[in-house]
Order: sequence, then structure tokens, then C-alpha cells
Amino acid sequence: MANDKNSVRPGSMQVDVEPMLKMNEPYAPSASDFELASKEEKASVVKINKSTTFWQDAWRRLKKNRVAMVALGVIIVLILFAFIGPKFIPYTYSQQIRGAENLFPMKYSEIELASKAAGEKVFPHFFGTDSLGRDLLVRVMYGTRVSMAIGVVASMIVLIIGALYGSIAGYLGGMADNIMMRIVDIIYSVPDVLVVLLLQVVLNEPLKELFSTSKLPIMKQLSILGPGLISIFITFGLLYWVGMARIIRGQVLTLKQQEYVTAARALGASGSRIIKKHLLPNCIGQLIVTTCLQIPSAIFLESFLSFLGVGVSAPLASLGSLASEGLGGIYTYTFRLIIPAIVLSVMILSLNLFGDGLRDALDPRLKK
Amino acid sequence: MEEKKLLEVKDLKVSFFTPAGEVKAVDGVSYELGYGEVMGIVGESGSGKSVEAYSIIGLLQNPGRVIGGSITFEGEDILSYSEKQMQDFRGNKVSMIFQNPMTCLNPVYTIGNQLMEALMCHRSMPKAEAKKQAMEMLELVGINNVEKRMVQYPHELSGGMRQRVMIAMGLICHPQLLIADEPTTALDVTIQAQILELMKNLQKKTQMSIIFITHNLGVVAEICDKVSVMYGGKIVEQGLVNDIFYSPAHPYTRGLLRSMPRVDAEEYERLIPIEGTPIDLLNAPAGCSFAPRCEHCMKVCLNQKPAYTDLGNKHISACWLHAKDAKKEA
Amino acid sequence: MEKDLLKIENLKKYFKINGSMINKEYVHAVESVSFSIKKGETLGLVGESGCGKTTLGRTILRLHEPTSGKIIYDGTSIYDSENKKQPDMLPYRRKMQIIFQDPSASLDPRMTVGDIVGESIDIHKLAASKKDREDMIRELLAKVGLNTEHANRYPHEFSGGQQQRVGIARALAVQPEFIVCDEPISALDVSIQSQIVNMLEDMQHEMGLTYLFIAHDLSVVRHISNRIGVMYLGNLVELGDSYELNKNPLHPYTKTLLSAVPIPDPQKSKERQRIVLEGDIPSPVHPPSGCRFHTRCPYATERCKQEIPKLRELEPGHFSACHIL
Repeated sequence: MANDKNSVRPGSMQVDVEPMLKMNEPYAPSASDFELASKEEKASVVKINKSTTFWQDAWRRLKKNRVAMVALGVIIVLILFAFIGPKFIPYTYSQQIRGAENLFPMKYSEIELASKAAGEKVFPHFFGTDSLGRDLLVRVMYGTRVSMAIGVVASMIVLIIGALYGSIAGYLGGMADNIMMRIVDIIYSVPDVLVVLLLQVVLNEPLKELFSTSKLPIMKQLSILGPGLISIFITFGLLYWVGMARIIRGQVLTLKQQEYVTAARALGASGSRIIKKHLLPNCIGQLIVTTCLQIPSAIFLESFLSFLGVGVSAPLASLGSLASEGLGGIYTYTFRLIIPAIVLSVMILSLNLFGDGLRDALDPRLKK
Repeated sequence: MEEKKLLEVKDLKVSFFTPAGEVKAVDGVSYELGYGEVMGIVGESGSGKSVEAYSIIGLLQNPGRVIGGSITFEGEDILSYSEKQMQDFRGNKVSMIFQNPMTCLNPVYTIGNQLMEALMCHRSMPKAEAKKQAMEMLELVGINNVEKRMVQYPHELSGGMRQRVMIAMGLICHPQLLIADEPTTALDVTIQAQILELMKNLQKKTQMSIIFITHNLGVVAEICDKVSVMYGGKIVEQGLVNDIFYSPAHPYTRGLLRSMPRVDAEEYERLIPIEGTPIDLLNAPAGCSFAPRCEHCMKVCLNQKPAYTDLGNKHISACWLHAKDAKKEA
Repeated sequence: MEKDLLKIENLKKYFKINGSMINKEYVHAVESVSFSIKKGETLGLVGESGCGKTTLGRTILRLHEPTSGKIIYDGTSIYDSENKKQPDMLPYRRKMQIIFQDPSASLDPRMTVGDIVGESIDIHKLAASKKDREDMIRELLAKVGLNTEHANRYPHEFSGGQQQRVGIARALAVQPEFIVCDEPISALDVSIQSQIVNMLEDMQHEMGLTYLFIAHDLSVVRHISNRIGVMYLGNLVELGDSYELNKNPLHPYTKTLLSAVPIPDPQKSKERQRIVLEGDIPSPVHPPSGCRFHTRCPYATERCKQEIPKLRELEPGHFSACHIL
């Protein structure tokens, strides 16, 4: 009977089960082994994986990226340098030490040597001083702080405007998207340096007046930065979000095709809810990476403008203005240019490397 | 009389080394394949059926590695092949067709180009000869208007047509073994029927052996001579197609057959599903991998891996129910 | 089985492709489809990819805005191309729901399972308090056979079958009357499919649901449906009682489709006569004239090339659109 059924294609039946039977391990079960297992016993052998969230996953991948981790370390050191460093130094960035003008690194002025000889402790000028007798180390620290703050604030402005604009354009699609993206194209073609210079010229007087008349404490803070910086921020708000908007729009265009967005629509979710709850959280990787890579470019732009003399107002320093000042005595006091330039380069390089590593870690295409 | 085997796989073990731990994707698989035989490998996703086939053709991707066992093709151990030998082996002796033809056809070359390339490269054939053979092959897989098709790009073809081209590419060097990894899964039923008919006819014509990997038992019933049912990286049951379908021995095979709605059923019957969720290979249980889902699960099943039992007529099954002390049909 | 819950009349959906102003091209996804579904019934919709069944399901829920036609739900119009203004769908979103094919794509990867299930509770403000919301989510998860402890986990930690259960729980959260099941099991493993089918059946009995069950697998559709509609290139070519349609298919396309389904039985599949169609499905951008099926139909005549056949009742309750019948 069985043979009959199997005579479909004789001659081709060559199943050899010997090797598989040979694999058997000897095990002599006892009679009690053959009792039916209870539900609990069955469930007990099923183990459930530890739950890993998106962030744990990303962190694990990031940790493996040695370059990014070194860059992260450098960034942390720079942050400590910029924000905690000045606390350990008895000088301030605007303090002009009399008699200590134009000192080379680790040198002391005559007054300081005298007080040293008298047994007083004098804090050394690790990076020397500038032509006005200001301690360069503390100025570099402040400069780094200002550059970082500018980078972060400018990127935040870009993030907020770009992400909102991009996600709305992408979600609406069609005609609205078309018009919104043409606006982006137009803004893209505006020369940024020109806008900064124009804004500064136009805003200089009104801002100064605002700072002097306003009683709001925040205005005081802003007035330290000076109109130059304010116009840089405004420029970022006006011009630089377009790159972010394009990236986010592209991402949203693909995301909104996803079935979970359709599902949310089927549940009756409104457009703003879909953008807020579904589209933006799913772009989070892109948002973080783009913002992160925006920081160095903002720092760079600020330094570049400060170098040209239209950035932060004196006496506040940024790395760019420090380099610019250093240019004056480049033949004698080369270190005044080199030190801020090195800090700037290291900061931008490590931010870029870290941003790249972050992109690899967060990129869903590389997931598993 | 000892018959000659085309392919022998012995105790093959393949593991993936993921950050979360070792995944034993294939855990001790053995089988043999004769000349002109069609074997189906059935299993769910994660049962290791594709991984096992990829290791035969040497296309395992990182972090997957063969960690044990042997694969012998016509008496030669192919696991010891060098990369160069492997390339030669892949084109000439064995070839593979995939579920998604679009990912395997290069979008920037014409169909003719891709077909001829294989011939010119593996057989060092002159161009004119290669072209002639390529056109013959396209005709063989049921593509009409061959002249026109030769200069078309993959995206210009429909899904069924692409799968035919894939098959043509697989067969162009006349391999002795064709590994088909879910070749009809992405296709519509009517196109699936076309492709199955085509493969059956081609198999008859060329007398090649086929390993047919699928999750669809209906397709297996149609095309295969023998069947290996895989679960959790192991073959749980193996036998001739009629034995598997008419007298399935392993609870998993039985469950699968029972859980499918059948188009030939006379009246409505409620389906009987296999409870539970598929095995997570990262946390494979100590005993039988099917135990947590098995309705006949016994105490022994939870801790001890079942051995293979010979049920006669080349039909084997790995289940403790076959032990003589087990209560039959509890 | 009394009155019609959903009725569609000449529903059409074309998608515009090629944005150029002058030479607009359309994908003819759904062409003048009419049918009705009774309360508590399951209507199956089968067809091959590109036949418009998924589009039809979503157009009925107005997830795609229809091109023309009428949709009447429970006696009130929710879309009528003759009216200028269409009613707001928000109240109907609580009555009509959808379950998707790919469970991993239909669950937001950044939301916990609890939030996914609870989303509609938030949208329609169904919960009085936070605790109330939690309780509702737990109840829903338990109903679809999931561990209630899992509400804080993310979708990727679940297997396909469990993910699909989450998708079903999400659809059930608003206590709908009508659910479009868009290939809910075709992405699942064989051993899981029957679990989901059984669960859908149980839910239907328990809650008196009405289903539009879309699938390409005739054996599953026949199992779960009371009636089946067969679609080809945007047209409904046959509609009838599910077992009747299987035993006695009228349209040549239905016959082919039936004979193409593989049977898990070696003997039967070797014995049976299979109709193998020539060629592929034509493009829905330039569908053939007349009967859409004439390019592949073995019985096509001159008339089939010119005239579009109408859906006619050939036997009681059994409709087919073919000239030769």
C-alpha cells in the first residue's frame, strides 16, 4: 500500500536516513518523563528577550565607533574647558593687567616677578597675554564658550524652524508642498554673508537703543553679545533652516506612506497630531544628526564673520575674533593666532566626526 | 546497491554571531539528495531553511558562519573550497534563484547582457555562441519575443517575466543542482501556477536536482518528491512527499497540515491552529524546540532533545512520541 | 443577516501619475464597483496584485478620496460625488476600522504597544481618566490574547503574529461595527495564520462585526467569507456565495484563479486539471478596452474587445460579468 503510493517516480527515490539516525544521542527516558507537561511547564522554557529601546540600540552602536567616541571625549573636554575652566583662573576675559602686555606663554611681567619675589603666588599666563594685557587663556576659554553657545543656539533655531516647515510641507504634499519648496529654493539662493552684513548695518542702531532702554534682564544678557551676534542668529533663523527643511520634508514624504500613518488617519487623527505623534518622532534620528552637523557650520560661520570683524562685540571674545586679533602681531606673536585656530579646528573636527558617528548609529537602514 | 548521491549534507551547523548572542540558525541538519530529485524544505520564517541553502552555495552573509558538519557535492567537500573554486562551483554545478528577482537582476544591464555574461565568464564562450544559447534559454523558460527581450532592462519586465529570466539565468550553465528560495512567494497565484508548471517541465527535461525552499505546503505537494520539515534550525521530519502529507508523524507537521484552510474542503470547518509564537532562536529551549507549542508536550520534551526515529520507507521524525513508552494519543 | 450596513455604487478611484499639465495619465485602480454588505456578514474580496482590492478597501473608508460614486454607510451617505460637500468622517472613524497586511509597518516603531492601542482612545476622548485609559488598554490587549504586561514594550519586540494582534486591538479600541481586513494574514507564518483567522471569527461573533475581508489567497477568503467578490483590473467580475462560487465558478477568470491555488495534497494536485493563463496582468494605466480580461481569456470573442460586460445575476445571488455566459 505504502509502496503503491510512493511509486510516483521510481528510480529517483534515494532518501538515505542512515546519517540522521546515527546522530541520535543515547538517552534513556524514565516512565515519568512521558507524562504530559502542564501549561506552566511549557511556558517556563520560553524565555523572553530583554527589551531594548531604540536609544539603547543606538548607544550600543555608537560605543563601538571608536572615532566617534574619541570625538565625544574631546567635545566633553572642550565643554569643561569652556564652562568650568574660567572658574580656576583669577583673571577675567576683560581684565587688563597693567604692565603685562604682550607676554609670551608662561612669562611674567616685571610687576608680577616682583610680587613673586616677595613670596606672593602669581597665576601663570599659560597662553601669554595680548597687547592690552588680557590673559589669553581665559579669553580662549570664553571664546570657546561663546562659539559653542552660538553653535547650539543657532542650530536650535534651525532645528525648530526647519523641522516644522519641512514636516508641514511634506505632510501636506501636492500644491502646498510645491509652493513651500519653491520658497525654500529662493531662500537657498540668497548669499548669507551679505544678509548678515546688511542686517547688522540696519539693526545696529535700533538694537543698541533697545538694549539701553529696555529693563528686561534678558536684554542685558543679549547686549553683551552685541548686535553682530544677534544678526547672525537672525540670519540663521532666516536662511539656514532650508537645508534642514529639505531633509525633513524628504523623510516625511516617505514616512507618510507608511501604513501606521494610514492607520492613524483611519482612527481619525488630525494632521497636526500625525505630524507631532508619528512623523517627527520617526525623524528623530535625522533631526539629531542634522542638528549635530549644523553646530560646527554655525560655529564656523560665526568665527568667519568675527574674523572679518562683524561678529561678537568687544570685549567679549569668540575664537574667530581672537584669531583676528592675533593676526595683528603674527610675526612676533604667532601663538595668538595659532592657539584659537587650533581650538576651533579641533572643536569643529570632533563635532563633525561625532555627528557622523551619530548618523551611523541612528540610521535605521543599518539596523540589525 | 549503493546509489550515487549528488549532495550530502551531514550535521550542518550554522550560527549567526549577533551582538545579542549566538543564534543557532541551523543546528545539525543532515540529508542527501540524489540525481534528478526534487526536495522541498518547508518551514516558517526563522526555521533556518534559507540559511541552510545559502551555506551550500557559499553565500552566507556576515555574521553567519558554518561552525560544524560537512557538505559534500559529488564526493567533494565544498566547505573546503577556496573562493575561486567556489565561484566556479556556483556558476557551473549549482545555482540559485531567489524570492525577489528584482534584487538579483542588475538594473543597469540588459537581460541579454546578464545572461551572456554568465556564459562568457563561466564557459569562456565566444559572444555569438553565448547569445545564441542565451536566446535558446529564454525560449525554454517560455519567454516569447526573445529578440526584443534580450535588449530590455529588468524594470521593463513584469514580475512573472522577471522570475522567468531569473530561472533562465539559473539554468544557463546547466547546473546539476538548482536551489530555489521561495521562487513563487512574491508572485500572484496565476503567475505562481505558470512558474510551477515551468519548473516541473524544465526539471523533467534537464533531469537536474532541485532544492525547493518554501513555506507553502501546497506548492510542495505539487512539485517535490521528498520533503524536509524544518523547525527551529532542525529537520523535525523528513520523508517522501506522500508520507509527509498522508501520514505525518511529527506534531508540527500534523499541526501545519491541519491549520491550513483548504480550497478543496467540502464545507466550513473551524481551523485548528498551532498555539503559541514561533521559536526565538536567541533563547532556544533545552529540549525539543517545538515543545512550548506542542499539544502533546511531555515532561521529557522540555529538557531532552528528541532523537530521530525511523518510521520505515525513508520516513524519519524527531519526536518523543515515537518512543515506545510514550502514551499514544494522550 | 438583515439590512445592508454598507453599500457602494459605481465607486471609482483613479490615481494621477505623471504630473505634466497636458498629458495626464491615470491609474485606473477601481472602476465602477458596486456591492453591498449586510450587517454581520463577511464579504471576501479576492484578486491578484494590482487588481485594486486594497485601494477599494481604503477608498470605502475614504482614506483615499474617491474619484466618483457613492458610499452609503448604515443608511447615511458618507460620500456622494453628486454633492459638493462631503460629510466629516470623524464620527464614522469610530464605526469603520481597518486592519493592515504588514503588521510591522502598520505599527509606529516609536510608540509603545499601549500607546498604539490607546491612540484612538485619545483621539475620540473615550477615557474619563488616565486610569480608565490604562484599564481600557489592558482589556483590549487581553481580548486579543496578549499579555497585559506588554503594554510598555515596543512593536519590534514582538513576533509577527503578536504584532498583528496589536493591530487588531487598535482597530477594536473604538468599538467599531465594520472592519476592512486588508490581507491581515498574508504576511504571517503559516502556523500563525489560523490563530488570527480564528480570532477574527470569534470577534465577529462576539461583537457582531461586519468584515470586508481582502486577500489574494482564495482558500482563506472562502473559509472566512459568506460571499466572495472577485476583482480583476479594478472591476468586479464575479460575486456570489462563497461555497457556491467555489463549486460553480462562472467567470473564466474565477475558474483560473481557483485552479491555480495549490492544494496541500500531492495526489489531488497531480490529478487535477489546471488552467494556466498566458501572459501577465495588463497595466492599469492603459487597461484593455472592453472586457478587461479579454487579453488573457481563452474564450474571448470580438465582442469582448469592444463592449464592457455588465455584472448580471445569472443564478440567484450569483453575479458575473461576462459576455459568453
